[in-house]
Amino acid sequence: MAITLPRLRRLPPADGRRTLITPEGIALPITLAARSSRLGALMIDLGIMILTLLILTLVFAYGGMRLWGDSLSAKGHDSSVNNAVQFLIIAWLVLVWLTRYAYFLFFELGPRGATPGKRLTGIRIAARNGGRLTAEMVLARNLLRDIELFLPLQLFLSVNSDDGTDYAGLMAGLWFLLFALFPLFNRDRLRAGDIIAGTWVVEAPKRKLEAVMSVSQTATSGTSTTTGASYRFSDDELAVYGEFELQTLERVLRENRPEALAAVQEAICRKLGWNPGAGDERAFLEAYYTQLRARLEAGMRMGRRKADKNA
Amino acid sequence: MAFFGIFGGGATASDAAVEAAALRSDRFRQEREADWTRLEAIVSKLEAGRSRRLSDADVLALPVLYRTVASSLSVARETSLDAATLAYLEGLVQRAWFQVYGPRVTLWGWLRRFFGGEWSRSVRALWPELSAALVLMVAGTIVGWLLVASDQDWYYSLVPTDFLDARVPGASHEALKNTLFGGSKEDGLSVFATYLFSHNAGIAILCFALGFAFGVPPLLLLIQNTATLGAMLWLFHGQGLTYDFVGWLSIHGTTELFAILISGAAGLHVGRSMAFPGKRSLLEAAAESGQRAAVVMAGVVLMLVCAGLLEGLGRQLIEVTTVRYAIGYGMLAFWLLYFFAFRRDPHSGEAA
Repeated sequence: MAITLPRLRRLPPADGRRTLITPEGIALPITLAARSSRLGALMIDLGIMILTLLILTLVFAYGGMRLWGDSLSAKGHDSSVNNAVQFLIIAWLVLVWLTRYAYFLFFELGPRGATPGKRLTGIRIAARNGGRLTAEMVLARNLLRDIELFLPLQLFLSVNSDDGTDYAGLMAGLWFLLFALFPLFNRDRLRAGDIIAGTWVVEAPKRKLEAVMSVSQTATSGTSTTTGASYRFSDDELAVYGEFELQTLERVLRENRPEALAAVQEAICRKLGWNPGAGDERAFLEAYYTQLRARLEAGMRMGRRKADKNA
Repeated sequence: MAFFGIFGGGATASDAAVEAAALRSDRFRQEREADWTRLEAIVSKLEAGRSRRLSDADVLALPVLYRTVASSLSVARETSLDAATLAYLEGLVQRAWFQVYGPRVTLWGWLRRFFGGEWSRSVRALWPELSAALVLMVAGTIVGWLLVASDQDWYYSLVPTDFLDARVPGASHEALKNTLFGGSKEDGLSVFATYLFSHNAGIAILCFALGFAFGVPPLLLLIQNTATLGAMLWLFHGQGLTYDFVGWLSIHGTTELFAILISGAAGLHVGRSMAFPGKRSLLEAAAESGQRAAVVMAGVVLMLVCAGLLEGLGRQLIEVTTVRYAIGYGMLAFWLLYFFAFRRDPHSGEAA
C-alpha cells in the first residue's frame, strides 16, 4: 500500500525563475514576467482600447449628426432616419461591448498568446501545468479581468459623477486595490484571473543562434594565423578555471571588444604566470577557451563537473 | 514515427560543407543545426500568424522537430558548456512548445465543439450547484413576498423605484396593468434591448466572478435579486394581475432567470472547489472549476443575448398574455432539453 506523504517542497525562488516540465518530461527554464512589464502591457492595451473606442465614438457620432442634419433639412422621412440612428446606436453599443470583452480574448487565443501590449513588452501567457493552453483558460482569465478592472472602474466613474457620499467610491477603490495588489502577494505573480484559469504570464524568449565557437584556425589547431604562435596549455594550466569562468570568456569572445579581450588575456596570463604579449589577444583567448572547454566537457562526460575556479 | 533518439538528427548530408569544429560538443551542434533553424523558421511563421504559408511538410514536421530539438537540448545540457547555444535551445524549445501546445483550435472549431456538447456537458457537471441556486432563488422569492406582505415598507428597500414609477404599493389595477401592456408606444426598443443585454451580461459575469470569494457573494446576489421578484409578484397579485404579470415576466424571464441561475451556480462551483479542494491542491482545484465555469459563462452570455432580444423586442411587441406564456415556456423547454437531454460527447468527432 502506498501512503502518500505530503511532499516537502522547497518554495520557488522569488526571482521569477521557474522550471516547467513539458508533457515529454523535459525541464524548461522559464522566467515569470516582471510585474512592471505586465503593468506596462496593460497600460498599452488599455491605451489601444480607449483610442479604438474614441475613434469609434467619433465616427458614429459624426454619422449620427449627418443623419440628424439631413432629417432636419428634409422633413417627412422621420421614421426611416430614426431607424438609422437607432441602428447606429445599437452598432455602437455592440462594438463597445465587444471591445471590452473580446479584445483580450482575441489576441490571447492567437499564436503568440499575447495582446499587442504583451507583445511589445515581450511577455505572453502559458498554462501553469506545462500542458496545452486552452481556450477555456483564456476565457476564464479574461472573465475575471472584468471584475478586477472594469467593474470597479465603472463603479468609480459612476459614483464620481454624483455628489452623494463617497462610500461607494471608497469601496470601489478598495476593491480595485485588492485585486490590483494580488500579484504582489504570491510568488508566482498570479492575479485572480490566473488562479481561476490555471495560467501564468511568462517572458517570451527571443534568442538568436550564435556562431560556433571552435571552428576558427586557432581553435582547431591552437596556432595563431596572425603571428604563427602556437598556444598549448598544460593540464595544470587549464585546471585553474571552471565553468563559470569559461562562460564569462565565451561572452567576452562573442562580444569581441578589444579592450575587454586585452584585460581578460592579462588576467589569465597573470594567473598562469605567462608574460602577456600584445596584438594577438583573440587568438590566445580562443585557444585557451577551446582547450579549457574540451577539458571541462571531457570531465562532464565522466560525470565530473567544476562549477568555478574555487570548486 | 519512430523514436527520435539522441543521434536522430537529419542534417548529416550538409556536414561536408561545414568546417568541422574542434570540439565534440560543437560537432554535435553542427550535425543538428539544420533541424534547429528549420524549426525556428516554422515557429517564427506560426508566431507571426502566417500558418497558411507553411507547407504541409513543415506542418507535419513541427511535432517531430520539436521532439528532436528537445532531445538535442537534453543532450547538450549534459555534454556542452556553450552557454549561448544552450540558451538558444532553451528559448527555441520553449517557443516550439508554445506552438505545439498552444490553443490550436480555430474559433470555428471551438464553437462547433462548444455547441456540440461541451456547453451542455459543463452545465450538467454543475448540477449540485444548480439545485442549490434554484432552491435559493425560490426561497428568495418567497422571502420577498412574505416580507412585503408583512410590512409594505419593505417594498421600497427591495425594489429600486424612482418616484415616477407607477409600480408602488397602493397603485390602482389600471396603473399596474398599464406597466405590463403599455410598451409598444416606447421608442428605441432595440436600443433598449441592447442596453438590457449588456447590463444583464454584466450582472451575470459579476455573479460568476464573485464566486472567487468562496461562493458567498453569488448566494447573496441570487437571494437579493429574487426577493425583488417576490416583492413585485406580491404587488401585482394584490390587484389580481398575477396571470398577466407572470406572462410579462416569463417571455424573457425564463431565459434570463435561468441564465442568472446558471451563472450563480458557476460562481458557487468555483467557490465550493476553492473552499473544499479535496485531494487536489487549492490552485489545481480553482483552475479546474474555473475553466469549466468559463465555458458555462460563455453560454450564459449567449442566453442573455436571447433574453435581451425577447425583453426589448418580444415583450414590447407582443401584448397577448397567452403568446407571452407560449414563448417564455417554449424557451425554457428548449434550454432544459438542450442542457439535460442533449448528451453528445463533444470530442467524439475528433481524433485523440
